[in-house]
Amino acid sequence: MKAMLFGVLCAALLSAAAGADEVAGVFKVVKGGVSLQRQGASLPAAVGMPVYQSDLVITAADGSAGITFEDNSLLSLGPSSRLSLDRFNFNSTTHAGAFETTLSSGKLAVVSGKIAHQQLDAMKVRTPSSILGVRGTKFLVEVGAR
Amino acid sequence: MKIRGLLLLALLLNACAAPDRIVLLPDDHGRVGKLNVGNAGGDTLLDSAYATASASGGRKAEAGRTDPQAVNQEFGTVLAALPPAPYSNMLYFKNDTDDLTDESRDYARNELKQKIAGFPAPEIVLIGHTDTVGGDEFNDRLSLERAKVVKQLLIGLGFDAAHISVAGRGKRELLVPTADGVAEPRNRRVEVLVR
Repeated sequence: MKAMLFGVLCAALLSAAAGADEVAGVFKVVKGGVSLQRQGASLPAAVGMPVYQSDLVITAADGSAGITFEDNSLLSLGPSSRLSLDRFNFNSTTHAGAFETTLSSGKLAVVSGKIAHQQLDAMKVRTPSSILGVRGTKFLVEVGAR
Repeated sequence: MKIRGLLLLALLLNACAAPDRIVLLPDDHGRVGKLNVGNAGGDTLLDSAYATASASGGRKAEAGRTDPQAVNQEFGTVLAALPPAPYSNMLYFKNDTDDLTDESRDYARNELKQKIAGFPAPEIVLIGHTDTVGGDEFNDRLSLERAKVVKQLLIGLGFDAAHISVAGRGKRELLVPTADGVAEPRNRRVEVLVR
């Protein structure tokens, strides 16, 4: 029983690690100051740079950025914005997956892709006040000044 | 007492904060999806173009409406940063070969090349298919060969091999459904996906 539990735990850890290793999306637009926080380090963003699950994207007061994801979702951030990529996984054959982000400040534009199309509420955006359940396709979010 | 005071302050601050705003837009084809805005106060469903929701402090979001001019004024910068919409098309092949048809070769060298060049840091996915003549093993190999031929052509046009992926699906995903053993030109294809 113990061995089995250990096996299950190992499998869960391995699959979590595999999910974090896969490219979730790629920067297509980078204007002004845009950076990424990944595992405690801050990296300047550039067009062509990949993003992964758990990354935090930050734009400066003069910054904006656009990212295309593996499921064809398109996201962009306006100036002075913070978006964390809480969860991204996508099966390119079945189109099943999950895509969850948190906008903690600033402005976000979204054109949802195959994940939201395939499954109701598989795509979520959190804001300080609410959770948005996405059933397609194009929308805007602004977090109120605090 | 101190804690209660802090809580009260936090509540007041939250009540003073500007609400989060959500706007549902028509997509590039004019279609409008749906968006549920939920919190402890309840759910607000947006399902029409330019419908808005304003939410703060855990209260149910208030529904409203805006218009294209106001959206451009308030969200112009973030909308301008959206990446280009992904593009897809088909390339076709001569019977039983990995030779592109003349039309598809011309299209790839001209229109497709220009299309890909318009993408920042383009990623290209090539998925090969066959018609139903021949066995599974033969068609799996032929479909992958077709995708690889297109990859070589695109590399020859100057695109980065590191950002071109290939796959072969054999005769499993027909564009035009046919019985087994039918030569159907529209099934002999490579799907080109660019993003």
